[in-house]
Amino acid sequence: MLQVDDLAVSRGGLTVLEGVGFALAQGQLLILRGPNGVGKTTLLRTLAGLQPAYAGRVVVDQDQLTYCGHADGLKATLTVAENLAFWAAVHGQTQIEPALVAMNLTALRARRAADLSAGQKRRLGLARLRVTRRKIWLMDEPTVSLDAASVALFGAMLRLHLAQGGAAIVATHIDLGLPEARVLDLSPYKATSLRQGAFDEAFA
Amino acid sequence: MIALLQRDLRLALRAGGGFGLGLAFFLMVAVLVPLGVGPEGALLSRIAPGILWVGALLACLLSLDRMFALDFEDGALDLMAVSPLPLEGVVAMKALAHWLVTGLPLVVISPVLGLLLSLSAGGYVWLLASLMLGTPALSLIGGFGAALTVGLKRGGLILSLIVLPMYVPTLIFGAEAVRRGALGAEALVPLLLLAAISLGSAAILPFAAAAALRANLK
Repeated sequence: MLQVDDLAVSRGGLTVLEGVGFALAQGQLLILRGPNGVGKTTLLRTLAGLQPAYAGRVVVDQDQLTYCGHADGLKATLTVAENLAFWAAVHGQTQIEPALVAMNLTALRARRAADLSAGQKRRLGLARLRVTRRKIWLMDEPTVSLDAASVALFGAMLRLHLAQGGAAIVATHIDLGLPEARVLDLSPYKATSLRQGAFDEAFA
Repeated sequence: MIALLQRDLRLALRAGGGFGLGLAFFLMVAVLVPLGVGPEGALLSRIAPGILWVGALLACLLSLDRMFALDFEDGALDLMAVSPLPLEGVVAMKALAHWLVTGLPLVVISPVLGLLLSLSAGGYVWLLASLMLGTPALSLIGGFGAALTVGLKRGGLILSLIVLPMYVPTLIFGAEAVRRGALGAEALVPLLLLAAISLGSAAILPFAAAAALRANLK
């Protein structure tokens, strides 16, 4: 579903990773590891099409993937259900119930996002992945501020997604409790040659 | 895209959304100018078209920096860029929402403010028509400016500096239509030019703004 060849990604005009290559098939989960600053977020944003690759190739159907970054994209004055319903509508979907149930948000559905705790906001952000009905989930540290029970809920939702023919790439530092996951350590791909980005990178 | 429009309108109307801010500002301008200039009906009615248009323009400017900045900060803009929504459509819908929340109320209240500034009787129709045709251009041009400055911290000031010069043609033709209308002269030409600016902005600027957003998301 997703094929990466000899990819180099840059952040702020500086190449951070180079020579990255992997393939992701249906039902597979890839876990990205590496110390802070190695380029996990940059790699995920490049895969999501939010920034261009510095070199190399990403082969993926952009209409198949969805991205979940550090920020959840929630609107504080909308309720939990309204926030989810918006993202469902954007993706041409109507169903939000399965996502509410999956992340244990049913009891909070009428509460404003502003009144949620950090962990509850995160759960809502993750529930958004499910309402998009997209096949490939790109997730950047999805378990930040989640407690153990919520991490288990997230693990269960992720497993269901994989079982339904989806795929996922997760950048995380913790153990998600999914032994079938492949782990890709990014440290060896750290760019050695300090290739400077082009001057007009904003319009690349 | 309708969902995005509904969401933006809902956000604007809920507490802290900024609805009415531009309207209140417009009202204040129209109240303060007669106080500053003095109760001289003839002078006021001569400067009324210009004051009303400058007021509308500044009122529009007030809420522009929120157009994309809020969605940028909370990550929603990233998610929209990955979603099936084309960014051009996102820009168009956000400009439309901005116009419905800011521009349209200005049009509706403008005759009352015209009264405060003793605008001549012939000018009211042209005031309504020119604001109706001109304020969409203000929202669209402003949307382009907001897209250019979205990644900047405290980009509001630079946004004003970018957008205000681009508002000049709209201001000239808008105020001219009202002035001519108030004098009972032929005012259709500036009105048509105003409509042309709005239509041209609607045709071109969503694409330019989307390109600016893409560059800023990197």
